[in-house]
Amino acid sequence: MSGNTAGTAIQVRGLTRRYGSTTALDDVTVAFEKDVIHGLLGRNGAGKTTLMSIMTAQAWPSEGEVKVFGQTPHENEQVLPKICFVREDQKYPDDALAKHAFKAAADAFANWNWDFANRLIADFRVPEKTKIKKMSRGQKSAVAVIIGLASRAEVTFFDEPYMGLDAVARQLFYDRLLEDYSEHPRTFVLSSHLIDEIAHLIENVVVIDGGRILLDEPVEQLRDRAVTLVGRADAMAELITGREVLHHETMGRIARTTVLGALTEAEQQLVRELDLELQPVSLQQLIVRLTTKRNHNDAVYATDMEVQS
Amino acid sequence: MDEGRPLFVQIAEEIESSVLDGSLQEGERAPSTNELAAFHRINPATAAKGINLLVDRGILIKRRGLGMFVAERAAERLRAERRQRFADHYLTPMLAEARHIGLQVETVIELLRERAQQSTDHE
Repeated sequence: MSGNTAGTAIQVRGLTRRYGSTTALDDVTVAFEKDVIHGLLGRNGAGKTTLMSIMTAQAWPSEGEVKVFGQTPHENEQVLPKICFVREDQKYPDDALAKHAFKAAADAFANWNWDFANRLIADFRVPEKTKIKKMSRGQKSAVAVIIGLASRAEVTFFDEPYMGLDAVARQLFYDRLLEDYSEHPRTFVLSSHLIDEIAHLIENVVVIDGGRILLDEPVEQLRDRAVTLVGRADAMAELITGREVLHHETMGRIARTTVLGALTEAEQQLVRELDLELQPVSLQQLIVRLTTKRNHNDAVYATDMEVQS
Repeated sequence: MDEGRPLFVQIAEEIESSVLDGSLQEGERAPSTNELAAFHRINPATAAKGINLLVDRGILIKRRGLGMFVAERAAERLRAERRQRFADHYLTPMLAEARHIGLQVETVIELLRERAQQSTDHE
């Protein structure tokens, strides 16, 4: 089920992509395990879409290579039908109705399932007679999401197409994704800004920042990556000496500090003696802390609530 | 689900509670990985990890092709496990708080008796 022994679906090695003087991807090496739901997370402009576009052969790398099931996907008729890439700015012909888009997808993907598609069309209440071009953002997103799910492609990329969906429709998407994944395990790569919403959905998380891979780990292991402590500032100072601090803020004599790495037995003992409170760090907090730290290490402290007198 | 403990541990604890309160009987089929994943809206791998915790401890038994079943005497064994952890989980933090606010141990024992009396009166 977990696909831990299923092998690699996508292998990226030394991938660099430059646009003029901008480096969108900088020597990226990362592997996406087969039959696992991966989260590809990062800030706007971090390189998520560029990486997805190259992995799905919609863009070329400046340097480096991508292998999907061991083969280069670019101009490769054996691999391309196995890849479905759903993006927010998906383009459709001017006159296309939803059914035309679904028919095209059914022709393109060997595993397309009409029963599943029809159920999703009803679930998401996709209008039959409205041209896709004239649809609301949410309806367009629904069309894209249905194509991504019903194609049952061996590798499916979702580049935030669900951003146009409201909270109810997003939950529907997450539920249908999990149900279908349980019955038909395959590889998913989801990018999203709504990290906490997908935190329980994904098994592995890849964080990209400034065109580089910042983190590539099973979600469960991330729990040990960082911990937040709350308590008296002087007691805190004693504990965090020599540790890498991701975030630090104070209010009067109270401090809240997020440190990298799990606490040792001795440190846990010290936490109890100093009467500090331990708080878990959510996936969203961890990623915010990690990406903020890397980008503007000094600015972090400037934005802190320094209320100390 | 709360963020305090790993999700798969919470899944295991929830099944434990069902076994302890009898809503999941010995010999009965336990929820499958996919059922747990759909119900809690979590990745099936996480649900599987929670189930495996219980399989490793002999609380659930895997029957090939049929699913997971509650082992014989599972409730009794869980109760024994929890009794062993009771002092660590409940008494240690209670005494720490008592010390913190200057309550004598004798007073705590007194309070405990009073409360126990009250709750038996209510039953």
